[in-house]
Amino acid sequence: MRRRDFIQLSGLGLGALMGASVPVLGEAVPVGRLLEPRADAAQKKKLADVALNAAKSKGATYADVRIGRYLQQFLFTREMKVQNITNAESYGVGIRVIVDGTWGFAATSDVRPDAIARCAETAVAIAKANAKIQKEPVDLAPQKGVGEVSWKTPLKKNAFEVPVQEKIDLLMKVNDAAMKNGAGFVTSNLFFINEQKYFASTDGSYIDQDIHRIWPTFTVTAVDRQAGKFKTRDALSSPMGMGYEYLDGLATDKIAGPNGLIGYRNSYDMVEDATVAAKQAREKLTAKTVQPGKYDLVLDPNHLGLTIHESIGHATELDRVLGYEANYAGTSFATLDKWKSKNFQYGSKLVNIVADKTQPYTLGTVGYDDEGVPTKEWDLIKDGILVNYQATRDQVKILGGTESNGCSYADNWDSIQFQRMPNVSLKPATEKRSASDMVKGVDKGIYILGRGSYSIDQQRYNFQFGGQLFYEIKNGEIAGMLDDVAYQSNTQEFWNSCAQLCDQDDYRTFGSFFDGKGQPSQISAVSHGCPTTRFNGVNVINTGRKI
Amino acid sequence: MAILTKEEAKKILDKVLSYAKADETSVSLSGNRTGNIRYARNTVSTSGETDNLALAVTSVFGKKVGSATINEFDDQSLEKTVRRAEEIARLAPENPEYVPMLGPQKYIETASYAESTAKMDPAFRAQAAFDSIDPCSKKNLTAAGYMEDTTGFTAIANSKGLFGYNPYTSVDFSVTTRTADGTGSGYASRDYNDVSKLSTKETTQIAMQKALASTKARALEPGKYTVILEPTAAGDLIGLMMNSLDARNAEEGRSFLSRKGGGTRLGEKFFDERITIYSDPANVEIPGSPFVGGGGGRFGGGGGVDGRPQEKTLWVENGIIKNMSYSRYWAQSKGVKATPPPSGFIMQGGSQSLADLIKSTQKGILVTRFWYIRAVDPQTLLYTGLTRDGTFYVENGQIKYPVKNFRFNESPVIMLNNVEALGKPVRTGGVLIPPMKIRDFTFSSLSDAV
Repeated sequence: MRRRDFIQLSGLGLGALMGASVPVLGEAVPVGRLLEPRADAAQKKKLADVALNAAKSKGATYADVRIGRYLQQFLFTREMKVQNITNAESYGVGIRVIVDGTWGFAATSDVRPDAIARCAETAVAIAKANAKIQKEPVDLAPQKGVGEVSWKTPLKKNAFEVPVQEKIDLLMKVNDAAMKNGAGFVTSNLFFINEQKYFASTDGSYIDQDIHRIWPTFTVTAVDRQAGKFKTRDALSSPMGMGYEYLDGLATDKIAGPNGLIGYRNSYDMVEDATVAAKQAREKLTAKTVQPGKYDLVLDPNHLGLTIHESIGHATELDRVLGYEANYAGTSFATLDKWKSKNFQYGSKLVNIVADKTQPYTLGTVGYDDEGVPTKEWDLIKDGILVNYQATRDQVKILGGTESNGCSYADNWDSIQFQRMPNVSLKPATEKRSASDMVKGVDKGIYILGRGSYSIDQQRYNFQFGGQLFYEIKNGEIAGMLDDVAYQSNTQEFWNSCAQLCDQDDYRTFGSFFDGKGQPSQISAVSHGCPTTRFNGVNVINTGRKI
Repeated sequence: MAILTKEEAKKILDKVLSYAKADETSVSLSGNRTGNIRYARNTVSTSGETDNLALAVTSVFGKKVGSATINEFDDQSLEKTVRRAEEIARLAPENPEYVPMLGPQKYIETASYAESTAKMDPAFRAQAAFDSIDPCSKKNLTAAGYMEDTTGFTAIANSKGLFGYNPYTSVDFSVTTRTADGTGSGYASRDYNDVSKLSTKETTQIAMQKALASTKARALEPGKYTVILEPTAAGDLIGLMMNSLDARNAEEGRSFLSRKGGGTRLGEKFFDERITIYSDPANVEIPGSPFVGGGGGRFGGGGGVDGRPQEKTLWVENGIIKNMSYSRYWAQSKGVKATPPPSGFIMQGGSQSLADLIKSTQKGILVTRFWYIRAVDPQTLLYTGLTRDGTFYVENGQIKYPVKNFRFNESPVIMLNNVEALGKPVRTGGVLIPPMKIRDFTFSSLSDAV
């Protein structure tokens, strides 16, 4: 049984430009429950076999079962107040079967053997009912069973083991730092997620996984009441596939950028960022409004990650390309004929985009996907040419492939798994180059950092992005802060204007923690790595208005 | 059985409250049965039905608040949940903004429940999908659609004697049809409480017409245009503005309703004088919840027990801002009435149909819907987004030809100052809103998307 609530946030929380609500999945439980173990792998194997045997005996030619425990701990504060702390647990079983070439799916929160067997029978019955109107029989790419295996997010500090008080203390320090440095208001949040997933299939796989994710974030607001103006600055953190150690703020993971700006790699100093953010929010109140026109853009990884997500990540989802998302998210301009031509110039020769579910510290990284496929890395765009898509087992044959690239994911045990985005990342340059070096080569440009407003059409051609911080570049130097900046482009034109990349030392990951897709909607979390990158001659508009 | 009667629900809530030992306790109980069917490429892709019955207990000691939820209803489980909420509350940090619970309230009855919707079953849904797919297949169009129906109830109670119960049903349907060559796309959607008002066939016909009429779109230069916004397009933009009426944000100086020099724009003329917007849970076309809290929306239970009655509230009258919404805490600290935010709204219009609005237009763009609308600047409520699934050039009162989709950058505040004409309000997305003709609407670039 599902309880999917949304926590409404007051004030301009969680990014002033995002929807002010976050999804909570499961039952509210005391914090101690989050650390109590449920069934062990041996017990889960027994339950999984009940499901698989019941499905097979009723006529399923294939079955998989996911016994899932999904834990969430979310903390919300504003100024010196704790607004809300939620601890949630969702536990149950989802069973997917193929009968007569048709999928059937059923789920139950009752994890006793007889209930699981009944659930498997329901899944078979649904498949049989749907088979009557089936026009395209399911054709699964082969997947050899992997036997009994396990995988764990490599973490140093399980966030669920850190006392709640320590977390509150941190957020109060963050808020205090922001208020002392000029913020009028501040909201800060910590999000922790742990997926304990057991997958088994009739292929002979029994996979036990323990996956952790973390996202610390805040929004600082500066107000000038006399002028009737307010400006916000969101955290420059990234959600990560890590434990609480992400909050250690290690000096070795800080990257010195142009104009004294600090970038964070795999360790984040939240108090330091809040201090800087408050000063920057105040500076925004009097920043120069941008002159619209063509500029060379220097895009920080914490900004460019979202552009990659929207204009490449979603565009290369095979289910969108095929039309399965036509009524909601849309289709894609990256059609099969463009891929088949082997010469569709998605971007300039510098653009090498890899998909992976293996990169350390990222949100997409797991050992196996939600249909038991071992994860890997593959090319989506090579030397600027579109070469592949994201696919699941029942899609990959359309591409002439014989092996899924492991993109199946369900956001809960009672959601049916479908194709979701892996990490999609831009490879850095092999030659040495820092962001400061890059700025030096730009005559008329804008340096953009942070996640801002974003919008893209249903086929992923035309987009508009804002940001958190904008700096004018004049003759190779930062010439001060700009305001009211957004850039508009067309995906292919934009990626073909990619003119220069920074190197591996500058490479960082951006993340999307609550990415939505499907009807009914499911969330997923995904990272996008890239270095600071230069794009030439991009159209910048001025978003200032008077009302 | 996920749908309990008022008496059955009250019995459970009373029992839960009888276990309570906290200073204050509230309980919400919500149940629903939700069914859906999804199709794409002219074939059903997924369908399902889920039952939910969930109870949430909130316990309060002083200003320490704790909540726990459960979906088992035997006495032992209920008592355990109360103890759990109390344990969580004792360990919680103080919430300085906590306001004591409300006593008994009077709630109106709303027309939000329809037996026809409650009776929907998998066969009904499959037929509804077939009625949408079949005409598309016959015309060589590709349909992708989704229908979701919910039958449910919400019951709330607290240790101060408050009790409320609200049964409801809803059905949402949307379909996108595309031409085989991918050069035309049309969309239509409907939402009702009573499914007997829904014809997926007729709705799909509209999407089909738009798909067929939108092929061979021509490119127009971006710029400022007179637009005729169909209710779906207008509702999405104005709905975002209606979600931004929070008084606290305005008084804190961080809202489009904040005033230069301090204070708010309450009582000021802000829009064209023809603009009047109100909310009314008793409206029979878009009946709302009679009370705040307890969940009951499409995302199931939870949400805690706020308990304030929803009443008819005037938000904008003849262009003047008449009300802003308050949390109970903020209203108490300001000594004003705690008007809750609206759930659904009604914008008054005229008597003209969409066709009349087109007929009276010399030059303009007809917009079926907007897509991917995102805030650009919360200060001015500037939004960006794109037209989608049916955008047409209108000249001398007639639709002349389809045009390529545009990106817009516009604020609903500016839009509602540039009103040329308002049509007859219709229901879309849970609100009642007229089609509207707006001058100087800002399209900033072209999109190749179909």
